[in-house]
Amino acid sequence: MTSQDAVTAQNVVKSFGQGKVAVRALDDVSLSIRKGEFFTLLGPSGCGKTTLLRLIAGFEMPSGGTILLDGQDVTTLPPNRRPVNTVFQSYALFPHLTVRENVGFALKMQGRDRAEVEDRTNRMLALVKMEELADRATAQLSGGQQQRVALARALAPQPKVLLLDEPLSALDLKLRKEMQVELKRLQKETGITFVFVTHDQEEALTMSDRIGVMSAGRLQQVATPREIYTAPINRFVAGFIGETNFLPVTKGADGARLGCGAEVTALGEGPVLTVRPEQVGVVATDQPGAIAATVDTLIYFGTDMHVHLRLSDGAALVARLPLPPGGDPGIAAGDGVGVAFAPGAARLIGD
Amino acid sequence: MSRPEDTLRRRSDRNGWLLSAPALALLVFAASGPLMIVLVYSFLEKGQYGNVIWEFSLDGWVGILFSRDIFDGTLNLADAHMTIFWRSVKLSLLTTLITFTLGFPTAWFIATRPPAQRALWLFLMTIPFWTNLLIRTFAIGEILRTEGLINTALLKTGLIAAPIQMLYNEGAVLVGMAYVYLPLMVLPLFAAIERFDMRLLEAAYDLYASRMQVLRHVILPIVKPGIVAGSILVFVPSLGAYVTPRILGGGKNMMIGNFIELQFGQGRNWPLGAALSMTLLVIVTVALLFYVRAINRSGSGGGSHG
Repeated sequence: MTSQDAVTAQNVVKSFGQGKVAVRALDDVSLSIRKGEFFTLLGPSGCGKTTLLRLIAGFEMPSGGTILLDGQDVTTLPPNRRPVNTVFQSYALFPHLTVRENVGFALKMQGRDRAEVEDRTNRMLALVKMEELADRATAQLSGGQQQRVALARALAPQPKVLLLDEPLSALDLKLRKEMQVELKRLQKETGITFVFVTHDQEEALTMSDRIGVMSAGRLQQVATPREIYTAPINRFVAGFIGETNFLPVTKGADGARLGCGAEVTALGEGPVLTVRPEQVGVVATDQPGAIAATVDTLIYFGTDMHVHLRLSDGAALVARLPLPPGGDPGIAAGDGVGVAFAPGAARLIGD
Repeated sequence: MSRPEDTLRRRSDRNGWLLSAPALALLVFAASGPLMIVLVYSFLEKGQYGNVIWEFSLDGWVGILFSRDIFDGTLNLADAHMTIFWRSVKLSLLTTLITFTLGFPTAWFIATRPPAQRALWLFLMTIPFWTNLLIRTFAIGEILRTEGLINTALLKTGLIAAPIQMLYNEGAVLVGMAYVYLPLMVLPLFAAIERFDMRLLEAAYDLYASRMQVLRHVILPIVKPGIVAGSILVFVPSLGAYVTPRILGGGKNMMIGNFIELQFGQGRNWPLGAALSMTLLVIVTVALLFYVRAINRSGSGGGSHG
């Protein structure tokens, strides 16, 4: 814990319910989020990511552990006394107020003087490009516009940390892509620490400075998107982010021995070998080091194709190959081929 | 040339009138009809033993505000009538205020129970409605009277030496009316609060609003239609209340309802009674217009959630 950290969670535990029916939503989570960082909490629904966010916001109190904001213990402070604002999944815009009144709400509650409220509100409306709709009722706005208002409203009081609870999940794909870019821009322009919750791994990879992958109430791995993708520490992280192959291995003479008897070099340690489909090459059977396999099926994806392969011991493996010019893959189902992993791409992980 | 759709429209127009005929008949004969009779009676001469004489007269209307001196026949402002009007409006407003103050937390409590429990609480809320109004009012009287529940308890515990006079005053009428009309406030408030999106509370807290600010700037404006509906449902019948002021207020604390009854009974002044009834109607209409204006004003910035 240094003053460089915007948010620190220390051994945070959160249980819902009592006695036998108690559910442990967060199980000993410790985490540091740096100032000015775009940090994403990624995980499937029910993994505890939203609970962690709600604890940071102050909507829930932890069952154990400490939460610090900017080095200050806020564990028991109510949400209206934390320098943190939230963009809600449902946006939760006030239906009885106009766009402008929504954006200025926090400033008004803080008792800022009129001129300041107006000035800051106008700047926020400009920031999210909503000046023209400032006097509309929120019910008259589209989903994307409501999203912008929710962002402006949460940014207006200049929080130390902005929490975003799956804010893009209600938008259609095209709008979501636009808002991803928009969020990145807003984060850069304001310099505010963003803590973003999502179950969408692509969203997490494209937007984040760092990602915390969660599962079953535990933080599995905290790392940059590249590290998470190329060097997942366990089967859950590898499987949740992108597509991947899992092959059981045993310790060989100088590497990992696959079920079919072939030996490959792989980084790390553990009983499972993981390799991304795009790192699997289909080569000639007589190439040195090639593992013998049979083509099961070919699935055409436009820019590339997925080749489902079967090793001699029956283990399944997927290779993703770019389509050659002309589109003829040169292989067909039933062909015997060789398989080679790109250097350094295969990793051993815990199960 | 007639198009098929025109024929269809004519037929559906005709059927429309036929289908709404029962409702229209009911409106004409049960609602507007009696009202017209009252209106006509208010412009007639009073009969000596009640009833009316079929001669045009404004005496009924004049009698609302003025009383004729029995010696020289000059018109004087009728202070007693003024007192009754003022008491009616004042007690009705206070009843509305009291039922709101008690009803809002009650409605909030019910609306925030798990859905399965809400029906039970609403059921408990409406049980008093199944009992006759007279019985309920006498029961209140039984609690308030000098030998009643409260005084007995206070005397027994030695907190007072002599019983307190709680019955037959405006306070007793107020207690009775608040008790009787409370459910009429709670039900519309409940309906509005049940629709209230509780996530807005978190949003407001998150945006630095204190508990009081959340109530004032978020909850109250959004459930305003429920507040207005509840206020109308309590204020209107309070204004015309008859049984409660009669039993709990004694003879001295008359409200408009009792005053009207008096004209048709002992007063034997039907035109005045009819004019008073119309006046009550006008007061209620003005109050309703005022309320409707208030709703529209709150609805303009609102949108679909209201």
